[in-house]
Amino acid sequence: MTVAPLAIAVGSIALLYVASRLRDPWPKWLLPFASAVLFSCAWQLACEWKSYEVAQADGSLRRVWVWPTPGQVATGMADLLSDGTVLRYSIASLYRVAAGFGLACAIGIPLGLWMGWSLRAFQAVNPLVQALRPISPIAWIPLAILWFGVKDASAIFLIFLSSFFPIVTGTVTAVRAIPVVYVRSAQNFGLGGAELFRRVVFPAALPQIVTSLRIALGIAWVVIVAAEMIAVDSGLGYLIQDARSASNYDRVVGAMICIGILGIGLDWAIRRLEMLDEVRWAFPKHRSELETEAVRAKLDLARARKVVKP
Amino acid sequence: MTDTNRPARAPKISVRSLNKVFQRKEDELHVLADVDLDVVAGEFVCLLGPSGCGKSTFLNIVGGFETATSGTVEVDGLHVSGPDRKRVFVFQEYGIFPWANTRANIALGLHDRSAQDVERITQHYIDLVGLRGFENSFPHELSGGMRQRVGLARALAVSPDVVFMDEPLGALDSLTRLQMRGELLRLWRSEKMTILFVTHDVDESIQLADRIVVMTQRPGRIAEIVPVTMPHPRDVGSAEYGRIKNRLYELLGVSHAV
Repeated sequence: MTVAPLAIAVGSIALLYVASRLRDPWPKWLLPFASAVLFSCAWQLACEWKSYEVAQADGSLRRVWVWPTPGQVATGMADLLSDGTVLRYSIASLYRVAAGFGLACAIGIPLGLWMGWSLRAFQAVNPLVQALRPISPIAWIPLAILWFGVKDASAIFLIFLSSFFPIVTGTVTAVRAIPVVYVRSAQNFGLGGAELFRRVVFPAALPQIVTSLRIALGIAWVVIVAAEMIAVDSGLGYLIQDARSASNYDRVVGAMICIGILGIGLDWAIRRLEMLDEVRWAFPKHRSELETEAVRAKLDLARARKVVKP
Repeated sequence: MTDTNRPARAPKISVRSLNKVFQRKEDELHVLADVDLDVVAGEFVCLLGPSGCGKSTFLNIVGGFETATSGTVEVDGLHVSGPDRKRVFVFQEYGIFPWANTRANIALGLHDRSAQDVERITQHYIDLVGLRGFENSFPHELSGGMRQRVGLARALAVSPDVVFMDEPLGALDSLTRLQMRGELLRLWRSEKMTILFVTHDVDESIQLADRIVVMTQRPGRIAEIVPVTMPHPRDVGSAEYGRIKNRLYELLGVSHAV
């Protein structure tokens, strides 16, 4: 029983070793694939270590699993996918995040621009924002239920709170960091009021606003699960809570994996914003997503040393 | 006051007893002290001085971005109370907008003109500074020299009387800088504007200026105004060039030979 995962684990370690020794280009999927296999083996071994056997009435032994194994989780996920639960609950969660996050953008970005540009607005509103910001959205759950009931609106409100503060703070910082030379150029060429805002302040602040949106969406996706475990009766967070009540841990872990995958998807989607012409200028251009400037410097030196050595 | 400080013609820009004091937490910082300067229309004047001597502050005050602590600044006999499109700045290469392409950057000052005018004027200045083919490029896709051409075209597109330049070539490599100086002189001759040019590069000032205003360490005062009467193109190997260069180094208090 234990032999198979051990063998696979040894195999994947060998694969990792070989893959890291290979001269590039190695297949891009090889390293992530090998580490995923290794992780699954470790998981399987841990489950086997924690499992025990009980004697049945007929004298045969039956293995009792305490922790859900990768195989059981895969089956659980297949169930969740085939009966449409995941799809339905994913849509419920994504809808709440979209609504709460959209609302936070609609209010947070204009408020942040105003606070960043007007010193009076900053003085008046910023202390309030900074005082509310450290309060976890989870702490608002009782009030959310009091105000909105166990309904969508509660979860949307919590998502709004969780993304509103990063967006406001990010936007304020973005506007306050605009170099004086841009504003002076605009003043010099006769731009003022709304034109100055539309043509200089907003575009200059936009890259950092986009970054704050990305952070906010990440937080929103973390918070939606917690919110749905308490404040509503649908969604991926509710699915975890519901499966736990039924002691169905295959489904618990299956739902967790779905949350992770959708989280990757959301981050991928919002990162597309960084590639727009309007903001591309502010983000560093790497030769590839893997090879950053610092990593390239390290690799160049390693190659140079290899050339010198006999 | 030397006679080189008083041109015969009516001045385009007239600065009188200009003082600038910055209030700091503990003390005051006297940046400019009793600066007097007249610049006639069409003149190319360089402000030369060590860093921190207040030359950029001087430019900002004459340009209307900052106010003087005391003294007066007049352009065409009128008190300067703020920036104006007739008097535009060219900053270092990062002065243009990185989120806008070449065309949009150059059209910045043309926001109240008709679409046809914008198109015609923008294209004219794109051609004039040699950026044809780069109309839709963003600054981060251009070289430093090309970015500076965008900055120049943006300034020229509003047909200014006066152009203020705050170390516009400072961020460029020395070869590009040399080339851009030639370009700048060509544009100055064709567009016939008055230029006030801040630099800390002695050679740059001799190659460009009709007169060089040498400033002292803080608080910045005018040490002397050195006229350069050599015709363009100026021979850096000539005796006259060497004489002016020596004089400038002497005024700046540094030895010419290292």
